Amino acid sequence: MADRISLQVARYRPERDAEPTTQSYEIPLRKDWAVLDGLNYIKDELDGTLSYRWSCRMGICGSCGMTVNGEPKLTCATFLTDYAPGPVRVEPLRNFPVVRDLVVDIDDFMEKLSVVQPWIIRHDEEPPDGEYLQTPAELADYKQYSMCINCMLCYSACPIYGLNEHFLGPAAIALAQRYNLDSRDEGAADRMEALASQTGVWDCTYVGECSVACPKGVDPAGAIQRYKLTAATATLKSFLLPRGGR
Amino acid sequence: MSSSHDVLIVGGGGAGLRAAIAVVEANPALNVAIVSKVYPMRSHTVSAEGGAAAVIRAEDSIDEHAYDTISGGDWLCDQDAVEAFVNEAPEEMLRLEHWGCPWSREPDGHIAVRPFGGMKRVRTWFAADKTGFHLLHTLFQTSLKYQEIARYDEWFVTKLLVDDGRVRGVVAIELRSGRIETITAKAVILCTGGCGRVFPFTTNAAIKTGDGMALAYRAGAPLKDMEFVQYHPTGLPFTGILITEAARAEGGWLLNKDGYRYLQDYDLGTPQPGPVLRSMELGPRDRLSQAFVKEMEKGRTIDTPYGAVVNLDLRHLGAKLINTKLPMVRELCLDYENIDPIKEMIPVRPVVHYMMGGVSTDIHGATPLEGLYAAGEVACVSINGANRLGSNSLPELLVFGARAGHAAAEFVAEHVQGRHSGSTALAQGEDEQRRLERDVLGREGGGERIATIRTEMQTAMEQGAGIYRTEEEMAKCADKLRELQERLPSASIDDHSKTFNTELVAALELGLMLDVAETIVQSAQRREESRGAHQRIDFPDRDDERFLAHSLVHRNADGSSRVEYPPVTITRWPPGERVYGR
Repeated sequence: MADRISLQVARYRPERDAEPTTQSYEIPLRKDWAVLDGLNYIKDELDGTLSYRWSCRMGICGSCGMTVNGEPKLTCATFLTDYAPGPVRVEPLRNFPVVRDLVVDIDDFMEKLSVVQPWIIRHDEEPPDGEYLQTPAELADYKQYSMCINCMLCYSACPIYGLNEHFLGPAAIALAQRYNLDSRDEGAADRMEALASQTGVWDCTYVGECSVACPKGVDPAGAIQRYKLTAATATLKSFLLPRGGR
Repeated sequence: MSSSHDVLIVGGGGAGLRAAIAVVEANPALNVAIVSKVYPMRSHTVSAEGGAAAVIRAEDSIDEHAYDTISGGDWLCDQDAVEAFVNEAPEEMLRLEHWGCPWSREPDGHIAVRPFGGMKRVRTWFAADKTGFHLLHTLFQTSLKYQEIARYDEWFVTKLLVDDGRVRGVVAIELRSGRIETITAKAVILCTGGCGRVFPFTTNAAIKTGDGMALAYRAGAPLKDMEFVQYHPTGLPFTGILITEAARAEGGWLLNKDGYRYLQDYDLGTPQPGPVLRSMELGPRDRLSQAFVKEMEKGRTIDTPYGAVVNLDLRHLGAKLINTKLPMVRELCLDYENIDPIKEMIPVRPVVHYMMGGVSTDIHGATPLEGLYAAGEVACVSINGANRLGSNSLPELLVFGARAGHAAAEFVAEHVQGRHSGSTALAQGEDEQRRLERDVLGREGGGERIATIRTEMQTAMEQGAGIYRTEEEMAKCADKLRELQERLPSASIDDHSKTFNTELVAALELGLMLDVAETIVQSAQRREESRGAHQRIDFPDRDDERFLAHSLVHRNADGSSRVEYPPVTITRWPPGERVYGR
């Protein structure tokens, strides 16, 4: 194994660059190093001006998503040796405006989070004194969709979101389903307007790239397909029984 | 530029989000905002794994949770605070349940609980082994329901504004634009977490740089019990990634290089096949980390390129248990160590994990500085004493986040007619802006690198303020920190951009960390006894005559420090021997 590897890092400083450029750095190639360790080496030893986000470096905070050799990855869980002998291209996540270097603007997602009302909605006045009972099987119904770390890899992978930024997108829809499928929640009807709207689930053509990119096995594509069935059934029901059933 | 709020919360992790919701619930008319250097769901609460303790079973009792906490803390906990904590923990945890937290369940649908270190009863609620992740996302998503809560995401606070003995707000930098703004407030709640990054080997995320502790200290609020630094016994070598205590609670064994359950040699009980509460691998973290060092000194650990390790053996637990109750342990081992704990043992070593000390508060979260509150790891109430028990930190941030929120809301209501934000606060804000632009952003290159100073600080702290301490090593560390303080102002800042300047943030964080590191060492030097996580080779015994007291470190006007020793509050549990495994 060679003991050095080249990182080709996208740079963009809006105050001085009209468009992104690539800067090449030679770094040590160590068995235990993730791409993020390589970036930290650059930042600490070679070039303090490189900007990127990171925090937990254990794959749970969702900060360090970037495009590595063309694919959306958590850089703390993507190892340099898998790309040897290199070079390794590190670019910002796609489908987002770039703030600077490897930092993207996720305002759009932060707004969409609220649109799907990701909280328990109940129609009764007060919760019980103790807990709401929920069996392990009921928990399993939504658990997978509760595992999203908001890392944005799915939006970066989604060709629909790339074409139409109004599309609600994989993580937000999966999160809506996380609450819709929770036995404690009664808010599915409240979320339907956002989910079944023009920019909701029907925009998805089931490319499935989101579920491939997801580092946490959330399967947003599955969540979207499942909701399409729910929405179609609800639409049919409202057509057949416009005043509800008896 | 300036903006204004009734209550401003610094930090958007578990404590900050809980505090924000508490303010809104207490008084929806109040204008509340959270300013955080990361998006709230990135906060370090997200990394907590094993669980959250609160009495829920009929066979358990509030008093037993209190006793476990107090004996676990080696009698340095304030017992009135512990009583408030154990009393309110169950209702806070139920509230999280009502807000949708996906707690693991019993077959009949009730909340499931698991054993945990130092706990005599089974009382730790869990969401598999991603408890902090689920708790944080539940709180953040629930907070979105309250449109009254304004947010400053990715803003870095550089200073607390104090005028006429009262906190008036903060100065903060918006990272995206570089804009420096004075944000005034009638009350400020610090919820910025701990400072594990002052050490080289830590479970703590990059953001855990002690910001709130240093900001409070500089503003004149004292820090309490800073010498008590928790080493968690089971971190992965190199990365420092935490392998949760739940792995031992579910029955994992700690083995030395001979495959021997070495904890039996350290007064922690006799080995049984299954987990036994308050015994062996379920002893408290301080005792287990200390046992590791002794074992290393006997030459019975395993050498690796990243230091000595022992093995955590989960293989006998089987694939089903590991996959359902410890999925993250397996995921982390596979992803970061290329090890499958179903088939292989996990190499582990003690790793800096948690600060028992922090900004001194009363049981309402109020600091001695009027208008300033603190909750969560940044604060020291103290319920953790000289050693925190695993699974007490998550309920702590809920209970005291809520308490601080309520207290701040009440304070603002009482002071609604009071003196307004004051002219000097805005003037101080302008001074701070000039300081940042001239002394930091405007600094020339050519000096030494920020990372050089940071690494030297971390190395010095591990040498001088590690698991076992001596006067000689601590004095060396203190000298080193003073030297680094002098070197920092001339360190290079090559990045002069206003847009997302992370080098500027790194320089400011390092300044904050150096201040915090100094308080840790100063408090450790003066405490001439061994208690909990503070172990002095030169003073090996606990000394209740002199040190059944908190270390309260104040900053003098000239930048030097002084330490006072207010007594510990004892209500019902007089100091006794800590007994585990017998």
